[in-house]
Amino acid sequence: MTFTFEVLVSLKPGLLDPQGKAVEGSLPAMGWTNVSSVRIGKHIKLVVQADDEPTARAQVRDMATRILSNPVIEDFEVLEVSAT
Amino acid sequence: MSDIPRVGVVTFPGSLDDRDALHAIDAMGGEGVALWHAEHDLRGVDAVVLPGGFSYGDYLRCGAIAARAPLMATIRAFADRGAPVLGICNGFQILCEAGLLPGALIRNESLRFVCDNVWLRVETSQTCVTAGLVPGETIEVPIKHGEGQWVATPEQLERVEGDGLVVFRYAGPDGGLDDAFNPNGATNHIAGVRNVAGNVVGLMPHPEHAVDPDVGPTGGQSLFASLFEAALAGASA
Repeated sequence: MTFTFEVLVSLKPGLLDPQGKAVEGSLPAMGWTNVSSVRIGKHIKLVVQADDEPTARAQVRDMATRILSNPVIEDFEVLEVSAT
Repeated sequence: MSDIPRVGVVTFPGSLDDRDALHAIDAMGGEGVALWHAEHDLRGVDAVVLPGGFSYGDYLRCGAIAARAPLMATIRAFADRGAPVLGICNGFQILCEAGLLPGALIRNESLRFVCDNVWLRVETSQTCVTAGLVPGETIEVPIKHGEGQWVATPEQLERVEGDGLVVFRYAGPDGGLDDAFNPNGATNHIAGVRNVAGNVVGLMPHPEHAVDPDVGPTGGQSLFASLFEAALAGASA
């Protein structure tokens, strides 16, 4: 079977996020003065061939832990998009 | 047995300072050996240097892809045997990403790329690059990086400080610590760390750019001298 997953990677709370900071800084000039805590992460979409969903999900979690994210500085979330 | 240490320098796609590292090794009286990331063979070297640069264009995270290169599996086994491994700048990032050293390097606190000469205070002589130095001693070397802020999980930081794994801190010329001397906001002014055995060391500053008095400070000389001693000790063991 073919499974499509999305892995969302975000910097851990408290760590400096330059992109988020820069974007947040640009918002007041456009009239949005009520926005704070802008954080930008990574969105990784991938397709896995596997026999079943638990196997595919376990592999994606393993990949997310071992390369797609760095557990020292990042958290991740695995979302399944579709299975065919 | 030769008394000239053979020190390998790994080139990854996007490495920049591999040639300077090879030059520094040769200038200090060693034999620099060029190594290629996609191979598995260390060509019989006595020590390995992972040089600075922007391997894989810093894609995903600095050093993340390079840390999974074929040669890194060989280097991990080499390090496990106690052989000296030194990571400089991007090489430090690679060693952290490979899990051979604790912590991670993130964007400088200032959000600016920094390029300057800095002073480092030596924190321990129990490593392959500081055996010839005395704790408290300071050396001057250049830095040039955008993502050099060393950070760690609370548990890692406790272990790094508690077990004396800090090798260098950014300091003033007299060794005093002050935020004014911390170029990237690194946690506890940490510029370089080691593994427990002391044979694996990583630092953001560039000792390979600091061996020739004609072009700047010479704080890197003592690091290479110690590295050579460690390399020869391992080669004769």
